[in-house]
Amino acid sequence: MSSVRNRWVFGLLALVFLALQGCASVKSADVRDPWESMNRRIYNFNDAVDTVAIKPAAQVYVNVVPSFVRTGLYNFMGNLGDVWSMANSALQLKGQHAVESFMRVSVNTVLGLGGVLDIATEMRLERHKEDFGQTLGYWGVKPGPYVVLPLFGPSTLRDTVAFPVDYKGDVIRQFDDQATRNSLVALRTLDLRANLLKTVDTVKEASLDPYSFVRDAYLQKRENDVYDGNPPSDFDYSDIDAP
Amino acid sequence: MKNSHFRIPLNRRQMLAATLMASTAAVWAADEAPEVFVKRITNETLDIIKADKALRGGDVNKLMQLVDDKVMPYVNFRRMTSLATGPAWRKATPEQQKRLQDEFKILLVRTYAGALSQVSDQVVVVKPLRAGQEDKNLVVNTEVRGKGDPIQLDYRLEKTPGEGSGWVIFDLNVLGVWLIENYRTQFTKEINAGGIDALIASLVARNKTNARNS
Repeated sequence: MSSVRNRWVFGLLALVFLALQGCASVKSADVRDPWESMNRRIYNFNDAVDTVAIKPAAQVYVNVVPSFVRTGLYNFMGNLGDVWSMANSALQLKGQHAVESFMRVSVNTVLGLGGVLDIATEMRLERHKEDFGQTLGYWGVKPGPYVVLPLFGPSTLRDTVAFPVDYKGDVIRQFDDQATRNSLVALRTLDLRANLLKTVDTVKEASLDPYSFVRDAYLQKRENDVYDGNPPSDFDYSDIDAP
Repeated sequence: MKNSHFRIPLNRRQMLAATLMASTAAVWAADEAPEVFVKRITNETLDIIKADKALRGGDVNKLMQLVDDKVMPYVNFRRMTSLATGPAWRKATPEQQKRLQDEFKILLVRTYAGALSQVSDQVVVVKPLRAGQEDKNLVVNTEVRGKGDPIQLDYRLEKTPGEGSGWVIFDLNVLGVWLIENYRTQFTKEINAGGIDALIASLVARNKTNARNS
């Protein structure tokens, strides 16, 4: 079963690349986004799917499930995520972060009832989120062109290449029972979207063109994450008012 | 040598104390450390929200008033707007510059107020200042901690010796995204399509839609 699904994912990615190839000649205003016209179409598609299906589901989730249950599920998902962060911290030779993630997972799994309680954070063990795209970035792989993936949203060529590895490393994939796996993936999607309800509205309110706003924010954020919060800035802050 | 300061005659001790107090006050007024400045203004704002029912309930108009009163005096908004606009700023007339600032301010204050409406039990942790930064362009990293993952919130400051608190904010970073850099693309796109007036018109339209929806 698992190989069938993997083939499906790789097939999807291959399709995306083919589609992107076809669009490579379209002129774009931004050098980081040579496939803009294609990306915009996928962005609009994703936005439509979100508006009719994912956002309403997340709203139902927030309204129906009590807050303490949602917090428990959020912590549970976060604990599973910390395992992959630990692996990627190790791949980036960030020894202390890897050890801290290991301690987070141990404490939360054992004392936090399998991760439902986030005791590690109370103990001031901070979460260090890392994925394989960040690991590639750490080792000097440039992000490459911006890519919007169907359903998964903003990405770059580098992060798209890393995506199957993150998918493989996802702890949820290690559950044997397919029904459990699917439920967990669905729950995680709801949890993720529920926590972004306000953010997505804010982005739409704050921007003149939501597509490029999201793109620029994604590219900045990934650079920020690769440099653990302090990326080198090449933005020219010199005073424009000065004569 | 322990307790040696007790041997200083009373009048000299008083003088010393007075001098010390005077000098710390002077240092505080003239040279508040940047991370202290950021900590003070964020805590002042958060404390007001936590103490006020209407603000905690997310009353956007009242929150906008609060941001206007408590945050904007510490922001060099002209610099923010000019940097977001880019080179086209120099070609804009003073009237256009003023309208652009006014509309951009409404947009940002509303967004910021929307974020503040989510405040419940958060605390702001100001991180130690990174060494080797210049006074003209200095970043203070903070983290908002509450439910869920901490939120990265950084401030870019410039020193204004002898004016106000000695520092003003001219850029803000939310979750790793610097606002000015992100708005540069937004603004440039409008300016390329129809000049400064087109940009002002889109900001006006966006603000009107936002006001209707809230």
